[in-house]
Amino acid sequence: MNDTWIEVCGSGDIEKEDVIRFDHDGRTFAIYRTADDSYHATDGLCTHAYVHLSGGFVMGHIIECPKHNGRFDFTTGQAKGAPACVDLKTYPVKVDAGKVFLNPSG
Amino acid sequence: MPVEITKRDYSLTGRDTKLAEERGLANAQWFTCNISRQRLKELMQRRDGPAIRDTLVWFALLIISGTLGYLTWGTWWALPCFVAYGTLYGSTSDSRWHEPGHRTAFKTVWMDDALYEIASFMVFRESVPWRWSHTRHHTDTIIVGRDPEIAVPRPADLLGLALDFFALRRAPKELVRMVQHCFGQLTPAEATYIPVEERHKVYRNARIYILIYATVITWAIAIHSILPLMYVGLPSLYGSWLMVVFGLTQHAGLAEDVLDHRLNTRTVYMNPIFRYLYWEMNYHTEHHMFPIVPYHALGKLHQELKADMPKPYNGLWEAYREIIPTIFRQAKDPTYFVRRPLPDPAQPVPSLEPA
Repeated sequence: MNDTWIEVCGSGDIEKEDVIRFDHDGRTFAIYRTADDSYHATDGLCTHAYVHLSGGFVMGHIIECPKHNGRFDFTTGQAKGAPACVDLKTYPVKVDAGKVFLNPSG
Repeated sequence: MPVEITKRDYSLTGRDTKLAEERGLANAQWFTCNISRQRLKELMQRRDGPAIRDTLVWFALLIISGTLGYLTWGTWWALPCFVAYGTLYGSTSDSRWHEPGHRTAFKTVWMDDALYEIASFMVFRESVPWRWSHTRHHTDTIIVGRDPEIAVPRPADLLGLALDFFALRRAPKELVRMVQHCFGQLTPAEATYIPVEERHKVYRNARIYILIYATVITWAIAIHSILPLMYVGLPSLYGSWLMVVFGLTQHAGLAEDVLDHRLNTRTVYMNPIFRYLYWEMNYHTEHHMFPIVPYHALGKLHQELKADMPKPYNGLWEAYREIIPTIFRQAKDPTYFVRRPLPDPAQPVPSLEPA
């Protein structure tokens, strides 16, 4: 794994139980903050119909796609049932000095 | 001067499928009205309470009307009892199929999935194929050659629509597909939207459905009475009329091949009883624009968006004053459709080209 960390945003820029879109180097990611302040990252597009997950709904560790309601566990990337059948890729995230960093090489 | 009939290909594997793809109408970006993320998050919140309450009331009404039907069987009093039972069984099951299909009715996933399976059986739709069919309907709403759920293809088939009120057009096709699935086969159209990894569930469920129907038919033959079939099987036919009354308001007569739900979908104000039976699907434009919002929040979503929406229809009467003449005209002129006027935009009217 490449040890390149990219600054995403301030840790307070994502609300609790929410998700934002982060684009970097021609790729798009979804960055999540849980109710207990842990941060996670996945590919930004749903594996079913390639809709941006940043418009979706966060419930606990689940992200629901805004278009067809496919669900994923964003901590593991696991698809949780039709129409989401293919897992999401996840990426390491760390918080340092109030900033959220993403390692896009996974 | 007679209008030349231009018949389009509504199959999912034909000429118009290719055309939709070439025109960028397949898997396209759709217009959405502006709403703040904060407010949308509030409206997306899931709750178990409303759907548990509504489902218990629904089952109670089924049990009461079904019991009264049994007690009055052989008299004319059985007629209204079975009209009520059949309508609850064959029509109200449509919305109880629809909302859990999106997994938005309940907060608890197994409740959505359990109600989805039960309601699918009642409304005579196989649960797995119809989940994927409806997913495609949301991807490509009323895009000819892509949407498998276009209720009124043009030219409108008036006899077919009349038969739909008792599922006499739909049910035989569904039954043939069900038997096909029992033998491990999909139709070519289904093969375009049901992933390979889901297909074993299609075949398994079809065999379960057929087994249940065979059991009930055997029971009816054994006791020399149609009564068991009045409870399971036939209500999917004789009770489906209200589903058609509600369902036709969704898209019938509106534009095809547009990427703005305001132009191909209706929102119709309904009274509280109809809204209960239909689980707020009368706010259909809002549902298509934000399918992630549960049924119990659609009225609030409507309030948020209505300034950017076409004027809603003030009841079924107003909607059908438009739909009926439109369908009759579309039977002769397949190019005709209702053009919904958009409000003076608080934001620009979207391009109909995909982003």
